[in-house]
Amino acid sequence: MIVVPCPNCGPRNSSDLRNAGEVVARPDPATTSLTEWRSYLYLRENPAGWVTETWYCRSGCRRYFTIERNTSTNEIRESESS
Amino acid sequence: MSRHGYKYSAGRLLRHGLTRDAWPRMWRRPERRDSYDVVIIGGGLHGLATAYYLAQNHGITNVAVVDKGYIGGGGSGRNTAIVRSNYLTPEGVAFYDRSLHLYNTMATDLNLNVMLSRRGHLTLAHTDSALRTMNWRAEVNKLLDIDSAVIGPAEVKRLTPSLDVSPDTRYPILGALYHPPGGIVRHDAVVWGYARAADHLGVHLLQETEVFDIICDGGDGPDGKGSGGRVTGVRTSYGDIGSPVVVNCTAGWASLISNMAGVPLAITTHPLQAAVTEPCKVFLPTVVVSGSLHVYVSQTDRGELVFGASVDPVGSYRVNGTLEFTEELAGHVLELMPGISKMRLMRQWSGLCDMTPDYSPIMGYTSVEGYLVDVGWGTYGFKAGPVAGETMAETIATGRAADLIAPFTIDRFTAGDLVGEKGAAAVGH
Repeated sequence: MIVVPCPNCGPRNSSDLRNAGEVVARPDPATTSLTEWRSYLYLRENPAGWVTETWYCRSGCRRYFTIERNTSTNEIRESESS
Repeated sequence: MSRHGYKYSAGRLLRHGLTRDAWPRMWRRPERRDSYDVVIIGGGLHGLATAYYLAQNHGITNVAVVDKGYIGGGGSGRNTAIVRSNYLTPEGVAFYDRSLHLYNTMATDLNLNVMLSRRGHLTLAHTDSALRTMNWRAEVNKLLDIDSAVIGPAEVKRLTPSLDVSPDTRYPILGALYHPPGGIVRHDAVVWGYARAADHLGVHLLQETEVFDIICDGGDGPDGKGSGGRVTGVRTSYGDIGSPVVVNCTAGWASLISNMAGVPLAITTHPLQAAVTEPCKVFLPTVVVSGSLHVYVSQTDRGELVFGASVDPVGSYRVNGTLEFTEELAGHVLELMPGISKMRLMRQWSGLCDMTPDYSPIMGYTSVEGYLVDVGWGTYGFKAGPVAGETMAETIATGRAADLIAPFTIDRFTAGDLVGEKGAAAVGH
């Protein structure tokens, strides 16, 4: 079980939330190329270690928030950017 | 098969049985060379099969397979050993069917009994939309000459009496996609067979050799990595090994290795859990899969039931078991087979799956010269192992992607040309 700290609802089991994956910088749709846009859509770093990722509190407050998780241990810590 | 090496036969079995002489080791522990023509990272089924077919079909024997652990310690030894070819896309069907053909003759080709059992494979449909997908798959399969058909609940009951096909269950069985050539095989034997055969042909199997870096030059990224560059070797825990060709066959760890060459992948790594029960009398004659219930079941020759599920929803490299999985699995299996409620689970384990957005693999050449990938194997890598090895070997030997793997190019993501394989086990219908 992974306990995810929702900033609004407090600690919740990860099954109450949805993991929306690692944070990737979104290019400006007005100026981006197709290749760049598709790289943003599909390519991931997928590291074994600390990663900044987005979670969606789907059965709670329905808020999106960012935390850091170690993908080798599933340990979680507050993200500086959240 | 063998240039050197010890052939297994009934006569030898009898002799060893009488004399109690020790069997020779299946493969050597070779002296490392400073360079090879091809270095394959990952000593699982895919890496070993690629090495074997390079040597057997193309005469390229100056090959090393390096693995940070031991042969077959990753997904190759953790999967649920199911083989089938009743996929949805014509690209997928042609590919997996070739693999099934290779499995058919494998015991003879590799001189090792891989215990292939083509017992029939049932994919259950619990909803109208699932039945629609089954019909779609059956028609694609028939067109490509695959033995595959949609059958009704009565026929399902006849083939597998332990299934509850009554209409008043929560997830009634409305029908199934029946694939008679599908079945199971002893996965460790497949790995050992390829390792032994490759070793006999001169391939070096370098176990406990971790790759820390892929050495490149001329690329547009830092240290000469990335697009436009070329590979010159790998840095390992036993020093540098030179090679103009480096192949990534590392499944769940594929992104970590690929990032070393500056080639980002469209992959996220997810654990997939499986479990096995205590052994019991043989009662389950087919392989039973339910996409809606995210479960697949088969009974091994020892009588244990092997269960697999879909991947864990949160991507991770951690392979621990969870209570959620066990609870959900038990609920779903008992939904299908209420009669086994007293059976006990013996073990639970998990392996890492390299999931792509379209449930198809990523194979062939990349933007870095000499760096090839055979990754993105998600939940279907075991059944594809032989054909992946054969086509990767052809791709390396001929310098161009083999026809069967051309649709699975790494460029398809940035080109927007995905191969949506909704016949994969991880996909709910």
